[in-house]
Amino acid sequence: MAKLESNFKTMVLSLMGVCIVASGLLGYVNSITEGPIAESKVKAKLAAIRLVVPEFNNNPSDEVYSLPSDVGDLECYPAKMDSVLVGIAISTKTNIAFSGTFSLMVGLKPDGTIINTSVLEHKETPGLGTKMMEPKFKDQFTGKNPGTDKIRVKKDGGDIDAITAATISSRAFCDAVMRAWNAWQKGGLQ
Amino acid sequence: MNHMRHFFKGIIKENPTLVLLIGMCPVLATSTTASNGIGMGAATTFVLTMSNIVIASIKNLVPNKVRIPIFVVVIASFVTIVQMVMQAFVPGLYKALGVFVPLIVVNCIILARAEAFAQKNSVLDSLLDGFGMGVGFTLALTTLGAIREVLGNGTIFGLQLLGENANTILVFILSPGAFIALGYLIALVNQLIKTK
Repeated sequence: MAKLESNFKTMVLSLMGVCIVASGLLGYVNSITEGPIAESKVKAKLAAIRLVVPEFNNNPSDEVYSLPSDVGDLECYPAKMDSVLVGIAISTKTNIAFSGTFSLMVGLKPDGTIINTSVLEHKETPGLGTKMMEPKFKDQFTGKNPGTDKIRVKKDGGDIDAITAATISSRAFCDAVMRAWNAWQKGGLQ
Repeated sequence: MNHMRHFFKGIIKENPTLVLLIGMCPVLATSTTASNGIGMGAATTFVLTMSNIVIASIKNLVPNKVRIPIFVVVIASFVTIVQMVMQAFVPGLYKALGVFVPLIVVNCIILARAEAFAQKNSVLDSLLDGFGMGVGFTLALTTLGAIREVLGNGTIFGLQLLGENANTILVFILSPGAFIALGYLIALVNQLIKTK
């Protein structure tokens, strides 16, 4: 078959044909993957909640509520064991990260003591800023209560050892944790 | 076999990254670790092979003046498919590569192969060309990733190599290190081609 000539009719028809086929195909793939994508997002969120609070037997996603903060609403997931509040997982974020923003899941005891943290999404430098996910840095927060301990890096006069060559990421991490705690102090004690 | 030369040329002789020097943006961004390199390489290989096949098979239905928009629609569709499938079935890999997948659309390796090869050659040759270019891209990315990971972080494929507290050369994790390592790699490949 000879190559189609470039006149108005063939150009419009071939471009339209390609676009119709492409959008049909994308719609089909979307209908297949929509379910699993939503499912894996829920699963990832639940896994993050489970990591930062003690054992619970309710469904925190059903009881979620939001707390206001200076960077938008933070989602708050209460973890209950037999209807008694054992911990609260707060999804928090920071705008002072090294690149873009990153979000954390912070687990607090009902009295505000930090249980654990888990990084949800980030764009930090691989190999530098990403060290914030390693226990050496992360475990410093466990057991601290921002009410009495200073959740700041040592350079800023706090109690947290910053990651070597990633002070900005460390600072942003503290900022996100403090944001969660402040929001919880202001609005969470219902 | 005569057809196979279209496959092998992409690996060293016309390696897209180290010889043709196209598609540098994702090379610098995704070669921080060896495993990132493999993941990005595999995704690109898939898109490159599929778009080459489709473009070679519709080449006679595409009027010359609108060929670029048509190629871009085809490539963008495959990228979106890869992204949705990865997100649905391998969320772990998607988490690591998520930001880079949309970069494949603007990766000029793919448009360059469509323009320079697939629109003039048969489906089989285009398939081999796309696959060979993809493999060459993956090899280059993985080698570069391995070098940067070892020098900058003391690990390879996430395994400790130099011990926990080794003094590593941090610059290799950052973008300037990518340029330095890439420069040496290109010099090495040039030498290899010359001596052949």
